[in-house]
Amino acid sequence: MPTAFVPTSLPVRIDEELCIADKGCTVCVDVCPLDVLAIDLAKGAAYMKFDECWYCMPCEKDCPTGAVTVDIPYLLR
Amino acid sequence: MRLHTHAVDVLVVGGGTAGPMAAVKAKEANPALNVLLLEKANVKRSGAISMGMDGLNNAVVPGHATPEQYVKEITLANDGIVNQRTIMAYARNSFAMIEELDRWGVKFEKDETGDYAMRKVHHMGTYVLPMPEGHDIKRVLYRRLKRTRVAITNRWIATRLLTGTDGRVAGAMAFDCRTGDFHIVRAKAIVLSTGAAGRLGLPASGYLFGTYENPTNAGDGYSMAYHAGAELSGIECFQINPLIKDYNGPACAYVTGPLGGYTTNGKGERFIECDYWSGQMMLEFYRELEGGDGPVFLKLDHLAEETISTIETILHTNERPSRGRFHKGRGTDYRTHMVEMHISEIGLCSGHSASGVWVDEHAATTVPGLYAAGDLACVPHNYMLGAFVYGKIAGESAARHCGAVSLAEIDQAQVEAESARVRAPLLRGEGLPPSQVEYKLRRMVNDYLQPPKVTRKMEIGLRRFEEIRQDLDRLWARDPHELMRALEVHAIRDCAEMAARASLYRAESRWGLYHARVDHPARDDLNWFVHVQVRKTGDGMTCFKRPIEPYLVSVDEHEQSAYQNTRIPRDSRRQSARETHSTST
Repeated sequence: MPTAFVPTSLPVRIDEELCIADKGCTVCVDVCPLDVLAIDLAKGAAYMKFDECWYCMPCEKDCPTGAVTVDIPYLLR
Repeated sequence: MRLHTHAVDVLVVGGGTAGPMAAVKAKEANPALNVLLLEKANVKRSGAISMGMDGLNNAVVPGHATPEQYVKEITLANDGIVNQRTIMAYARNSFAMIEELDRWGVKFEKDETGDYAMRKVHHMGTYVLPMPEGHDIKRVLYRRLKRTRVAITNRWIATRLLTGTDGRVAGAMAFDCRTGDFHIVRAKAIVLSTGAAGRLGLPASGYLFGTYENPTNAGDGYSMAYHAGAELSGIECFQINPLIKDYNGPACAYVTGPLGGYTTNGKGERFIECDYWSGQMMLEFYRELEGGDGPVFLKLDHLAEETISTIETILHTNERPSRGRFHKGRGTDYRTHMVEMHISEIGLCSGHSASGVWVDEHAATTVPGLYAAGDLACVPHNYMLGAFVYGKIAGESAARHCGAVSLAEIDQAQVEAESARVRAPLLRGEGLPPSQVEYKLRRMVNDYLQPPKVTRKMEIGLRRFEEIRQDLDRLWARDPHELMRALEVHAIRDCAEMAARASLYRAESRWGLYHARVDHPARDDLNWFVHVQVRKTGDGMTCFKRPIEPYLVSVDEHEQSAYQNTRIPRDSRRQSARETHSTST
């Protein structure tokens, strides 16, 4: 069955300047109840991999450097 | 996909609210026991209270209420369909649990003399205890888990329970949503505490994860209990909640009500007496939304500045803190704007209504060795404090059970069937994406099951759910994360079928909007003053009646109407709106 790639805007933004994933930090990835965040090893920063966000905010609250911002998903805004 | 086998004494499935308490209490009851807490996400931030909670909704505090008064209140709020022994088991342990949580470091509001600052929200008694600093509750639980040396696994998705040849529980099967490894965990006793079925209806926004419940709680436990042969009860008593429109989270009337906030219609008139969430209250809410007097709003703009600041601090730092961000985006300020409200999609959740796995006063299900607690266990209107109390009861019961039994033998046929089912979506090189099948399934749930319930629609719904069963064999997952979503679709489909069958079976209307049947509009106590149970028999889903046990606390005739007459008569509305306005400003 053919499938398509459909772009969607994502609610979780990571400031790559502030993110310290390159130092081994995985706090935001660890605390997400939906497991939607991941580390981009090439960039050394976290990113939102799956559009499955409950806008609950542990990732933003627990981030040690303030690199994470959770927006309300566009469909709900 | 590598296979691992483990053996423990007590396995707790679900590390949100009830689960950590069950694990701690099993370990405290017998420190020699090997207790494993299995969590789908991460215990530090999982479940319904990942960001804390703004209050207790059902605190039975001496001087404010007795266990007997509480049992009566919940019996009435749930239209009589309760096993009072379970509500009493909660009520008698409620205050001791508050004191224990207080000792552990959970902060509750107290007055200047150090007493708990109780507030009245229910029709009859006083049960609400605010927690303005309740955001740390998961941290407190995590500390207790570490102190009692409970073993924890994160990111394991339990998919099925194992039962021995004698029918008792033998273990559980799970996979790791990061590595895809398959685990068999043998256990003498299992506590299921996997939360609500929160991804059943589709939110009006169309966003699959924009649910009222934490969407990680997809109904896995309802499905697992069903397939293990356990009885489920009150499935037809759906969860439907009044929520901030589009944001789809609580407003929260239990916080704002005691401070002077209230619900109004589009004309600014108050139309319900009391904001306590009951089926009848939801029916009045629905009528106002659908009638010419809608939409419905939460009104706070008449309150004093300091009251509004207090409300903002509580609502924007606890439970769903992104509420503040949502209001800001819409330009909604509590000082000048009312908050537009709507009703949620349907879900199954005994924490708020009554749908759950049948348990007795010891948290035992009908499967020997299997216990249930929290939103999943059928103890109506149990909320967070009920999850803690029933978690304690379940953990202690499980520990006791371990003393009497050895590990049950594993049935290899069950293991092979389940590992094949779990593995299948990864092995397909093509197929249906889980998100698409989930969207269609949940839209069908809205179309055919959303109350008011219509017989013909629910029958068509069952046919659609049967067709989607065929689609499950075409689900395609490219990695273990997508596999988690694929297997959740299986569980959601089971919950949808249970919801339809239990609703069709109860041929009357009860619980206001939760079970409003257009073809059977009246309450029929003669035939339906019973529990409706769902159970797996042979290969099919069977519904049957279970009689209501004799009440421990009798309910007088004149009290019956407390929850049935929640609408404020039209001619007295302006009056009441004026009174509220003058008393609270």
